Amino acid sequence: MFEEQLSIVMAGHVDHGKSTVIGRLLAETNALPEGKLEQVRTMCRRNARPFEYAFLLDALKDEQSQGITIDAARCFFRTAQRRYILIDAPGHIEFLKNMLTGASRAEAALLVIDAKEGIRENTKRHGYMLSMLGLRQIAVVVNKMDLVNYDQTVYAQIRRDFSAFLERLQIRPVSFIPVSGMQGVNIATRSTQETPWYQGPSVLEQIDLFQRREFPQAQPFRLPVQDIYKFTAQGDDRRIVTGTIETGTIATGDQVIFQPSGKRSRVKSIEYFHGPAKTSASAGEAPGFTLDTQIYIKPGEWMVRADQPPLQVGTRLRVNLFWMGHDPLVRGKSYKLKLGAVRLPVQLVEVLSIVDAAEQGTATSKQQVDRHDIAEVILETPKPVAFDLVSDIEQTGRLVIVDHYEIAGAGIILANVPTTDSTLATHVCAREIAWKPSAISMAERAKSYGHGAKFVVCASREGAPGERFARALERELCHRHFKAYYLGMDNVAQGLDADLGEHEEPQNEQIRRLGELARIMTDSGQIFITSLADIDDYDIRTLRLLNTPQEIVVIHVGDNPLLNDPPALAVTEGADIAPGLTAVCDYLRQQKVLVDFEI
Amino acid sequence: MQTLDRLEAHSVHILRESYREFKSLVMLWSIGKDSTVLLWLARKAFFGHVPFPLMHVDTHFKVPEMITYRDKLARDWHLDMIVGENSAAIAAKQTFPDGKLTRVECCKALKSEALKNSLSGAWPRKRMDHTVGELRPEAKPEPFTGVIVGVRADEEGSRSKERYFSARDRQHEWDVGDQPPELWKQYKTDFAPGTHVRVHPLLDWTELNIWEYIEREQIPIISLYFDRGEGRRYRSLGCYPCTSPVNSTATNVPEIIRELQSGRFANIAERSGREQDKEDGGGLETLRRGGYM
Repeated sequence: MFEEQLSIVMAGHVDHGKSTVIGRLLAETNALPEGKLEQVRTMCRRNARPFEYAFLLDALKDEQSQGITIDAARCFFRTAQRRYILIDAPGHIEFLKNMLTGASRAEAALLVIDAKEGIRENTKRHGYMLSMLGLRQIAVVVNKMDLVNYDQTVYAQIRRDFSAFLERLQIRPVSFIPVSGMQGVNIATRSTQETPWYQGPSVLEQIDLFQRREFPQAQPFRLPVQDIYKFTAQGDDRRIVTGTIETGTIATGDQVIFQPSGKRSRVKSIEYFHGPAKTSASAGEAPGFTLDTQIYIKPGEWMVRADQPPLQVGTRLRVNLFWMGHDPLVRGKSYKLKLGAVRLPVQLVEVLSIVDAAEQGTATSKQQVDRHDIAEVILETPKPVAFDLVSDIEQTGRLVIVDHYEIAGAGIILANVPTTDSTLATHVCAREIAWKPSAISMAERAKSYGHGAKFVVCASREGAPGERFARALERELCHRHFKAYYLGMDNVAQGLDADLGEHEEPQNEQIRRLGELARIMTDSGQIFITSLADIDDYDIRTLRLLNTPQEIVVIHVGDNPLLNDPPALAVTEGADIAPGLTAVCDYLRQQKVLVDFEI
Repeated sequence: MQTLDRLEAHSVHILRESYREFKSLVMLWSIGKDSTVLLWLARKAFFGHVPFPLMHVDTHFKVPEMITYRDKLARDWHLDMIVGENSAAIAAKQTFPDGKLTRVECCKALKSEALKNSLSGAWPRKRMDHTVGELRPEAKPEPFTGVIVGVRADEEGSRSKERYFSARDRQHEWDVGDQPPELWKQYKTDFAPGTHVRVHPLLDWTELNIWEYIEREQIPIISLYFDRGEGRRYRSLGCYPCTSPVNSTATNVPEIIRELQSGRFANIAERSGREQDKEDGGGLETLRRGGYM
């Protein structure tokens, strides 16, 4: 009862006649709703224009006035074999992002070339894009053969040239079809009259020959953790890890590892609403999982099987990137990375080369990536990110970059670049070299204040136990005549971070600014206290680095499931915090931060 | 995977993505088959729960059965349901059925304007109070910035150009020519303050897919879609003055599927019974740019 459905994208240079070919296909397969054809004919009559099949798709007023497809329009038709979604991707360079959108939804592509004009810039660019998107099933439609009198030599020349180009992208087209969209030649059936020299399939026959792209079951299991739900309504007490499985299969009882945190558990159940109970799930499905142990993870981790190869983990990635942002990709600016369910800030470290898509050569090295460039770059994240190389697993080796709320770049990961260096460490080094020390040395200040400087971070789970403890600590230290100051993140948000509402990935920037602030506060010789909820080891490492050369004291208040690095001190979050305060004062005294002159 | 499984998984992914990314989220529920399938998909995505409110815009010209069905489902499925309307226009009889407006103008007033002002919280709204099982005025209508809508690409030309995540500016306007790219399950989920987002989880579904899924999942659907002995049924539900039933003797879901697959509707547009689409060259497109769903 349920038929198969396949998505196909139409790509090619502007004006090479994609829409006309599609209009023909729809008419030939009787896919046009009765009212539709008449509606377009009426519109043409009203505007005194000859009817064209292309108008069927260019259903929007904008498009008809410009005569080009500005977006990826979808239309539906069926053959005796199955149903199709045909995505009409625009050929104009301004609309490459729309073409990319269309092509990423497709399982096969028809790349249209005008026989008279031949291979043009966007013919090649689209070929390159399709290869980058991982679309390997391509048929080339040589259109407007009527304009070259169905000359076989024209067809053969295009076929030779374009095959050579695609060969370099590791693409071998399944066919080259000579057609005339205008005259309907080789669209539905093969025309022996116009092209007796052509033995291959018609466009419609080719479409039925395309293979369905199956979900990669044989690859290692990869689940980007999209969210963790605990809905309590109607007495539901399940804690469910969700996401759409990218590759592989999993079953109840399987041991799993979360990356990059490294936490382990076992699949207790596979959850699916209103359907038969499941004991296994595989690529393409979007079920939920409950686990044997209550582990604490955040969305953006990957769930993998313990008996299969894990993802790579690193902070520097070598990426082949296509840029479509209005502003260029530049160094020293923070962007947002999206990779599976990962959301992290990302920076450009280096442009290795700019690839000219049209010529496929390597252009001169510049240090930014401009609109419509394809570049090989090194990107850096402030925290380790888990990913696959595109050569290992295509689906999980892909990323996009967001600039000013828009997806501006799309890339495939070529390599994990090992490094001990980071942009942040380089920055701190440079900062410390340039830092002009005060005329009063730290030792003089400590003597005058009766204590040294420290940055005290009280870490806790969401909620207020960390803040409560930190505030009490400030009071306790003041009682003892120490120069202590507590700063809560809420206050920072109102002032120093007020502009971060507009920021792509504010959390990391908040940490960075706090670290810089701590550097200044500790330089003043004070004990600078703050409280942070739900931070991870990398946040602490960032603060430690930024606070250099002064020291940081990390205190765990209650349970901190995200933190694995040992703290200086751990205190409970109970009602009586006095023992905890004493413990911290004792610790600081041992560290010679506090010289107890009350005695 | 079967087509329906693929479609379901993809829609579920989009619903979860919007729930993860948007704080003030609402789902529009027109009571029709598409948005009821969407509601069902939300229950799939969130394992039986619907963790955001649903909004219905009541034009007061809906077939009365639709309201009865709506309230029953809201109670049965514990739905957090909000109802908005253009009470001023209805009270002043500034509508097409009252002879004061054209069909398109009436749609704009009773649907687009009502929706815009209900979403922003500017106009009074009602909310289902499950303790008494009735609609009660909402004390403080909060604004919504993420709106989940059940439009499908095969319905009509302008809808075929939509993204899964589609930005609207402060005036709820849609810039068709400059839409963000979507690839590899990565969508535009970052938005400047003041903009609002429409999420379209059903974009890839066809009318036939919808009915096949209703059949497979046994989703309770309003009986107006079936012939009840008069040789007529509704194919698309709207306000009764502007929506006419089609001639059909399909009395259940399998018969509708057969009718769509092979029968007489295979070549007739689904919205052919919706009169407002025909008023000017691009009736629905004009409406959509101004915020119509």
